[in-house]
Amino acid sequence: MQNNANSFVALADIGIHDPDQRQAVAVGTIRAYDKRRAAMFADGHEHGEALRQQAAEAKRRALRCLPELLEQAEANMIANGFTVLWARDADEANRHVVEIAQRHGVKTVAKGKSMATEEIALNHALEAVGLHITETDLGEFIIQLNHEPPSHIVAPVIHKTKPQIRDIFVRELGMPPTDDAGEMVAFARRVLREKFLNADLGVTGGNFIIAETGSLCLVTNEGNGRLCSTMPDVHVAVVGIEKIVETVEDYATLTQVLSRSGTGQNLTVYTNILNGPRRADEADGPSHVYVILLDNGRSDIYATDYAEVLACVRCGACQNACPVYRSTGGHAYGWVYGGPIGAVLTPLLVGLENASPLPHASSLCGACKEVCPVDIDLPRMLIDLRRDLVRQGHAPRAWKLGMKAWAVGMRSPRFYRWGGLAARLGRNKIARGNQLPGLLGNWTRHRDFPPFAEKPFRQLWAERQKAQSS
Amino acid sequence: MHPRPSPQGKPVSLFVTCIVDMIYPQTGMSVVKILEHLGVEVDFPLGQTCCGQPAFNSGYQDEARVVARQFLRAFKDAQVIVTPSGSCCAMVRHEYPRLFADDPVLHAEAERIASLTWEFTEYLVDGLGITDLGLRLPQPQTVAFHDACHGLRLLKLGAASRALMQHTENATVVDLPNCDVCCGFGGLFAVKMAEVSSAMLEQKCSDIDACAADTIITGDASCLTQMNGGLSRRGSSKRVRHVADVLADALPEVSHAE
Repeated sequence: MQNNANSFVALADIGIHDPDQRQAVAVGTIRAYDKRRAAMFADGHEHGEALRQQAAEAKRRALRCLPELLEQAEANMIANGFTVLWARDADEANRHVVEIAQRHGVKTVAKGKSMATEEIALNHALEAVGLHITETDLGEFIIQLNHEPPSHIVAPVIHKTKPQIRDIFVRELGMPPTDDAGEMVAFARRVLREKFLNADLGVTGGNFIIAETGSLCLVTNEGNGRLCSTMPDVHVAVVGIEKIVETVEDYATLTQVLSRSGTGQNLTVYTNILNGPRRADEADGPSHVYVILLDNGRSDIYATDYAEVLACVRCGACQNACPVYRSTGGHAYGWVYGGPIGAVLTPLLVGLENASPLPHASSLCGACKEVCPVDIDLPRMLIDLRRDLVRQGHAPRAWKLGMKAWAVGMRSPRFYRWGGLAARLGRNKIARGNQLPGLLGNWTRHRDFPPFAEKPFRQLWAERQKAQSS
Repeated sequence: MHPRPSPQGKPVSLFVTCIVDMIYPQTGMSVVKILEHLGVEVDFPLGQTCCGQPAFNSGYQDEARVVARQFLRAFKDAQVIVTPSGSCCAMVRHEYPRLFADDPVLHAEAERIASLTWEFTEYLVDGLGITDLGLRLPQPQTVAFHDACHGLRLLKLGAASRALMQHTENATVVDLPNCDVCCGFGGLFAVKMAEVSSAMLEQKCSDIDACAADTIITGDASCLTQMNGGLSRRGSSKRVRHVADVLADALPEVSHAE
């Protein structure tokens, strides 16, 4: 997918000033946030917190021995009859899928919801060789019709209102106009059924791979993952290498926190554990299943202090909790992943210089860490990425000089007093009123700024000490 | 983590924070009055400036270290450090030890200083074990709380200030909707990402306007500046006040009269 992360500020402005989107995102995220809380803590706060820590430990344990687990997973998947392919980057992954499609004479593709395939822009690659792809997750289907990328990991069309979706269906598919959501869904379902029945190839992502059994795990609520992985004769799953877990027990823990954190369900409606293609004695299922293990920058992250971010299970809870995301929507982040996880992951995957505003797209409120089912310290990583921006020379010169000057002022109590006096005179005597100059003008564009006190605390204190001793 | 020594029976060194020093000195005086009301001896180390958070949170860790070293110098003789800010307190407690991780001497000193540092309400309730300060507001008042983020999430504050107000006569405590959602301040975020910050503020001000309380109480002067800036700009009659100022209003007259 094309990266526009450096345009965060401009894109955020668009989102903030789109009242329909603001409303849709606020309603959707707050509902999901409340449902998550109810589901995580249904058995009490302690239980929910313990489950979260257990999940965090399962993921961290898997990450610690990721190279070994990947080899174990590959061996066990091959033994199960999967064809396992490795992809260093997006191009290699896309080439694999194109080759598979050509080998099996594929013309039409049904695609289940997958962020990894968004990351590698698989649809473009398949369309370029003349294939016809249909996104079969309802939300993904809507935005495919409207030629947009997803704006949320779990709810890709969270930024659209019902009337907007109606208009897309009417315009693109000739749906008889209706304001009834049930009728719209039924209409889409009929269209999508045809696509499933006629697809030669099903493409999905993967939520987990269990190393000890060589199983591919998919969770969905609409059944698109199950249909894409069972109806067409060939199934390809594109899965990030960080999705490996060690044991079935770890999977059981993680799939629970994923469902509870993502959609507020104890389990998603469809929970699939796939163990290879159709066996000789089985009537249904694909004859070939390919698993493409996608690196695309992940092993580079693995080698850094940010490796912990690879624990992410893509539940979207941090997006729902984030007041920045709630205001801007996901498209503001300029690439596949919006919200706090995107603010950390995008710079790490596409390069800090290609996403330099994102680490600053946070008030560091910490709501993301609080809701993260695997306890990723996203605020800490945002601070560290800001440090890296400064150290690698991506910070504006004026800020650098300003910070240096500020530090000089703050390192000595005398300079601090002079600086305080200058700030007071500047604020109270020169820049009177509601419009401050320079950067502070960004403040006063939207809110008032108080005057400085005529006497700072240290002066009041000194006067008080003097009065008491006399 | 350094064990946290009990602060009971020890004099307090006040870290007033740069923003309270320069903009809200009366909040610093409120802290002093309440501590003295409880018979605690208060000292104000004159070497103090800022905790360094503006630089730290912007990625300027070298500059933050310079300022943090000044803090360590200023408070080297302190037995207990109390500050009317959850955010600055979290900076000292959580970030200083990390900031000096590569320097064994400074790291040990940062750990020691961190273990002595308390946020104001936390010091009263968890440190001294007092929730009833024997206070009475001069007029009946309905109040609600906004939980400033760093205090809430890094120091687990929130219960302490509510308990203190609930034990104050004439105070009725009600809930502010979304009291745990950020006001959009975020330090330099407020000017770097001004549109986003003010969109967040707009939501917060709407929640405040919809709330039954006239006074919103919070524990950070910085978030208070953001919220009051938004409230006054939109013509709201509601205001946010620092917890220390509301508690000081409820002190017996004697303490007022000095």
